[in-house]
Amino acid sequence: MEKELHRAIEEITDIAVGFGLDFFPMHYEICPAEIIYTIGAYGMPTRFSHWSFGKQFHKMKLQYDLGLSQIYELVINSNPCYAFLLDTNTLTQNKLIIAHVLAHCDFFKNNVRFSNTRRDMVESMTATAERIANYEMLYGKEEVEKFLDATLAIQEHIDPSIVRPNLLDYENEIDNDDIVVPRSVYDDLWDLDKKEEPKPTPIFKKKKFPPKPEKDLLMFIEMHSRELEEWQRDILTMMREEMQYFWPQLETKIMNEGWASYWHQRIMRELNLTTDETIEYAKLNAGVVQPSKTSINPYYLGLKIFEDIEKRYNNPTEEMKRLGVKPNSGREKIFEVREIESDISFIRNYLTKELVDQEDMYLFEKKGHEYKITNKDYENVRDQLVSMRVNGGFPYIVVENGDYLRNGELYLKHGFEGMELDPHYLEHVLPYIYQLWGRPVHIETYVEQKPVLYTYDGKRNYRKAL
Amino acid sequence: MSENQNRNFVVSQENWSLHRKGYQDQQRHMDKVKDAIKNNLPDLISEESIIMSNGKEVIKIPIRSLDEYKIRYNYGKSKHVGQGQGDSKVGDVVARDGKPGNQQAGPGQGKKAGDQPGNDYYEAEVSLEEVQNILFKELELPNLKKKEVADMVTEKIEFNDIRKKGLMGNIDKKRTILTAIKRNAMKGKAEITPIHNDDLRFKTWDEVTKPETKAVVLAMMDTSGSMGSFEKFCARSFFFWMTRFLRTKYKTVEIEFIAHHTEAKIVTEEEFFTKGESGGTICSSAYSKALELIDLKYNPVRYNIYPVHFSDGENFSTDNEKCFKLVQQLMDVSSMFGYGEVNPNNRYSSLMSTFKRIDDPKFRHYILRQKKDVYEALKSFFQKQETTA
Repeated sequence: MEKELHRAIEEITDIAVGFGLDFFPMHYEICPAEIIYTIGAYGMPTRFSHWSFGKQFHKMKLQYDLGLSQIYELVINSNPCYAFLLDTNTLTQNKLIIAHVLAHCDFFKNNVRFSNTRRDMVESMTATAERIANYEMLYGKEEVEKFLDATLAIQEHIDPSIVRPNLLDYENEIDNDDIVVPRSVYDDLWDLDKKEEPKPTPIFKKKKFPPKPEKDLLMFIEMHSRELEEWQRDILTMMREEMQYFWPQLETKIMNEGWASYWHQRIMRELNLTTDETIEYAKLNAGVVQPSKTSINPYYLGLKIFEDIEKRYNNPTEEMKRLGVKPNSGREKIFEVREIESDISFIRNYLTKELVDQEDMYLFEKKGHEYKITNKDYENVRDQLVSMRVNGGFPYIVVENGDYLRNGELYLKHGFEGMELDPHYLEHVLPYIYQLWGRPVHIETYVEQKPVLYTYDGKRNYRKAL
Repeated sequence: MSENQNRNFVVSQENWSLHRKGYQDQQRHMDKVKDAIKNNLPDLISEESIIMSNGKEVIKIPIRSLDEYKIRYNYGKSKHVGQGQGDSKVGDVVARDGKPGNQQAGPGQGKKAGDQPGNDYYEAEVSLEEVQNILFKELELPNLKKKEVADMVTEKIEFNDIRKKGLMGNIDKKRTILTAIKRNAMKGKAEITPIHNDDLRFKTWDEVTKPETKAVVLAMMDTSGSMGSFEKFCARSFFFWMTRFLRTKYKTVEIEFIAHHTEAKIVTEEEFFTKGESGGTICSSAYSKALELIDLKYNPVRYNIYPVHFSDGENFSTDNEKCFKLVQQLMDVSSMFGYGEVNPNNRYSSLMSTFKRIDDPKFRHYILRQKKDVYEALKSFFQKQETTA
């Protein structure tokens, strides 16, 4: 078995290289179910402890035990790249997974969104786990868990821009501001030598704080909350870094899975499979790339878009030719797409009207107790798909004001683009933000087309129309 | 581990047996579920689905505190994209409320948290027994006076062991066959035959002595017009848990239902909780009936008697003195006398003001104002006490 596996890996690797895939050195780890599902639940071989991972693990393991789960591919964006194979997999299952993860690894290595991800994150997260475990010893498990609960609730609200304007810029601006959070307790010592000039009573010319709306809620809290201990800031920094690492995967889910599915199909076709193996593979493949009535299967949609691009660029229309597209440039084109696009631009640029019609895509909405198809128009479908992928699928929240009402209150704003927030969830997240910020927290959003302000003041939630 | 330098890949199979993290955090999650149950006990134990389930074993309990809250979109108010078979039309129904569609989770590594719309809380499946265990940990039987004949002992034979040798008449067929199948399976065929001598398993017994304990709950309730469905539900949940609790302490627990308005009669459980009658209220009628019943069937020497009376507190004022006396009499023969008054609107209660004069640790009372108070009432009736007078 082991020899067979080795031979299979060698062969598949050769084929992948021959196709032009470019990946990191691979490390395949064969492990039992509980390990693969542990790693799957935590997203990493070693990560800090939290009950939410335990909940996820329990769910996944239960599905496996009940025989409900399909095959499972698990690959880590790192160099070398780690991929995990279940020790009960058949050879065919392993072949499919290996072909699939090689394409993932190619994507991790070459897609521009991943250009800043740390490839040593396996080690880094291990270190984070150790630090947090240490804080648990020092400050108590409960205390750390309470803090993690709050942090994880807003973990996605970071600024994942690949190119981030110099952070210090607005730091300096604020330092000139009148109401400054003291950077250290000794600040006043520097002033001792100074003559006691009557301080210009702060005529609040009031520069805005932050000067521009800040997308990075996690960093804003870490830098400006008056509530946090040093260890808590440390955890915020680490959580932000972990999210920064995961973020490109959230942004490229459809592309990444589509790319991997595209290549596992091409690679498997090159292999000499027996009849039984072919049937087994066909079944597995059909289970993976399968459209759904009530959601978008990224494996399927991504695959279809890549195939469509290839087809169109192999046989360009006159119009495309005029724009410089050469016939049979499909392969080349999809490699370019995998390098420069993310889900949003991928869908916006390459989900064509023909494809939407061919794939029978539609919009559905809740009407009474039923979910009904409400629209089949190509542009509406495409635009809705795009807006669902904006900001990795999370509502776009910015810090509008960190000193609201001149009282240090936090004023957040939801960049509303037609999709309302879940009020029940919102009212549970606000207390978490309050816990981190230490003062009342507000968030502006829209309900029924009208602006609404949600507030949590430490005791209860309020909601008022604006 | 083996390496393939030219190919640049490694395959390894490490020893993962010490990797327990998933299980540890799973345990932490379970503990949190338990905590949540504990913190929600007052709500849970008056949960209609439990009381009406008649002891169905597993119930689903919404536990909101275990959600992983994020700022997220309102699923029910958003548009979503799906794919048809090629023949979809505007107006087609793709899913119904609750859980849209077939929930085939696509394989892959992504976390699928929160993709089940409409189900915005974590629903823990909890067995009645779990709730019970947590609840009963907080309760204790009032042991006010040691029963003189505390040890009514019965001797019994209990078949509680399995051995390889024994009397042929006591052969354990099922186990014998299982052993034979197992042994045959090891040789290749999972069949019953042949059965060897080694496969035989026999039941053997021990002689055990057990104190025989019996208890009876005399459930009394005011069924006059003033007792509405809320009042009855409170009483019903209370009796449900009380009987269950007593069962953990006594070998047999019986329950008698005495309904009363101006006169009392013994009724069935169903009548007790469903029948309403109009008219005034004379509580003493129930107490007399209870005493009568004790005389007739439940000798206090053999039974631990728990009369519990639920009422809304409205009683004919001339009757109160009589009640006072009868309750004293009842307490003489009982382990405890409980009086639960369901009084959500905080009315003046003539009966309660009479009962306030009773100063006896056997007398337990509680005024229930809302459903949650069923829990408080249970705790107050069966409170843990440090010292016993």
